[in-house]
Amino acid sequence: MTSTATPTPREMTVIYSRADKIFRGIVTAGALTSLVLLGLIASFLILRSSETFREFGFRFITGSEWFSDGFQDVLADGSEATASKSVFSIGPMIVGSLVVAAIAMLFAVPLSIGGALYIEFYAPRAIHRILVSMLDLAAAIPSLIFGLWGIQVFTSLGVRWATLLNDRLGFIPLFSVEFENFGRSPFTAGCVLAALVVPITTSVAREVYSRTPRDLIDTCYALGGSKWGAIRAVVLPYGRSGVIAGAMLGLGRALGETVAIYLMLNLVFKYSYQVLDSAGGNVASMIVLKFGEATDREISALIASGLVLFVITLIVNMIASNIVQRTTPRA
Amino acid sequence: MTTTTTPLTPETVNPQRPWAMRRSTRATNYGRLLVFAIAAGIVTLMTPLANVDGFALAFLLINLAWTLGVTSRMGAKERRDAIVRVSITSLAVLAFVPWLSIFVTTILKGSTALYPGYFVNDMRVTSADDELTFGGAGHAIVGSLMMVAIATVITLPLGILSGIYLTEVRGRLTFLVRFIVQSMAGVPSVVAGLFIFTTVVQSMGRYSGLAGGVALAVLMLPTVSRTAEEVLKLVPDDLRNAGYALGARQWRTALMVVLPTVRAGLVTAAILGIARVIGETAPLLLTSLNTNGYVWNPIQGTVGSLPTYIFALFMYGTDYSTSRAWSGSLVLLALVLFFFILARRLGAKNERRAKASSRGSAKSKS
Repeated sequence: MTSTATPTPREMTVIYSRADKIFRGIVTAGALTSLVLLGLIASFLILRSSETFREFGFRFITGSEWFSDGFQDVLADGSEATASKSVFSIGPMIVGSLVVAAIAMLFAVPLSIGGALYIEFYAPRAIHRILVSMLDLAAAIPSLIFGLWGIQVFTSLGVRWATLLNDRLGFIPLFSVEFENFGRSPFTAGCVLAALVVPITTSVAREVYSRTPRDLIDTCYALGGSKWGAIRAVVLPYGRSGVIAGAMLGLGRALGETVAIYLMLNLVFKYSYQVLDSAGGNVASMIVLKFGEATDREISALIASGLVLFVITLIVNMIASNIVQRTTPRA
Repeated sequence: MTTTTTPLTPETVNPQRPWAMRRSTRATNYGRLLVFAIAAGIVTLMTPLANVDGFALAFLLINLAWTLGVTSRMGAKERRDAIVRVSITSLAVLAFVPWLSIFVTTILKGSTALYPGYFVNDMRVTSADDELTFGGAGHAIVGSLMMVAIATVITLPLGILSGIYLTEVRGRLTFLVRFIVQSMAGVPSVVAGLFIFTTVVQSMGRYSGLAGGVALAVLMLPTVSRTAEEVLKLVPDDLRNAGYALGARQWRTALMVVLPTVRAGLVTAAILGIARVIGETAPLLLTSLNTNGYVWNPIQGTVGSLPTYIFALFMYGTDYSTSRAWSGSLVLLALVLFFFILARRLGAKNERRAKASSRGSAKSKS
């Protein structure tokens, strides 16, 4: 050490002029619109659904009936019933949303991991770029078109797979059915939803995989590892949290998807575990289905359903964006 | 321009890459796949394995069997590597097939009802089930563009402000803003529709194009904000420092140096947002509904749009109406594609510019 005294570091301060302060104020206000908007959405939904929650309480979430005033229905034993009083509850819809989304993720996650690994590590250079931009493009296909394609093209395939599953594994309660009519079931809807979610999860996974440090991979090769060895030892562990985040984003999308499922699924207000049966539930599609001829009180119940959906997807997405933010390196 | 300043570069030499795949090897590989495909086709015809999925399965099994056979004399490591290669490739193909199928289906089914009048006529005097040479989706295209324009006017300034906040102001709320924008991206489209229904529609007392546009804006904001942030991040700090060094305050630097540099990028942000929301159906079913004629006034009442037009015609369920719905889908897909490619080209231009300006400043430093 030399004996020259180092001068004490000077404190650096930034002094903003008045114009700068105004500028920063405006920009901050603009940036906070998202926050305000999210708050507004939440508070309006809570405000307008309070009537429903006050009337039905927790039964709104667990019950499985949806009758508006004077609505006539044929019960299971053949007798006719007229609802004297409206009852709103969405238990089967919530469970159905989760079931369909789970089926979709079951297919989508392996496909996305495979797709992302292929694009990053196996695809020839020439088609790598094409595949990457196709991935972005596929994520922009409107879900309505996925729905049309699902019902007009995919259903025949899906029904055959479902028939086969039921035929061979029908003794498992999960694959049993009440009526041998396999179209518009949670299974077929889940398959189409998987096709819809794959671009989202794949592009997140691909991006994480592409950031794997090149020298780590080269180290693997230098130690005599095969390509799969390098992927298993370096790429997969490195990208794990990113893949989980992508899957969560996809799950959020799957839970909130509306029209594609509206076209692909029969909505029935009954708890059911039979995924091949042509009956399922979905909160988002139910809202669209009931909205057209809804009475004022029914609207409040629909908004309550929207609130439930909003809370579920918000939680899923917050977890996802938290993981994303923790894993992306600071710019 | 750059060649004059760079020092003598060694002549470009094609490096030898002994590990690269020879052209002959590649040709044999493709030939082999072709043979497999023919074999799988024969299997599909002869055995209970039928249809597209049967063919795919047969192809995969043949491929796996061949891989196992070839690698049987190699070590376990090589065999595992080869099997994984086949599995990953087939997973990737499986992931890509649905989109290809969607593109092909939309083009094939969509072109049946297309004729020049489809783009200008509306459905006022045509019923959904009339011959395909009448009516069209002109009103729906106009309605969609109108609502998307409203959404863009609302979100572009807000998105740019949020981008500037995250990259220039960098206040205490940076983490929160980024987090909220990410979370907003996950708001289900029906929920956005319900929200606008309870606020705009119910306070105006009628469904309207304005309500539809605002609903789309809610869904578009996260995309625009995030893209704007990404774009602004590309601006090199040297440019900002140069602005400060010339005595500009932060607001002048941001507005007169940073923003003009990324003008194309900000347009990209808007266009990506448009491509994201132009196909949204659920919120429009709750806010703007559908009509059969041209509507030019966004606050007059219900407005037709491409998604709701497709949806209504598809639910009508006859052959002709379904063909019309597919044609609408083709137009919608073409619009999405158009916006998407436009955004890409502008984005690439923007990136080049940002890079060029950073190179320029690096040069002037030395």
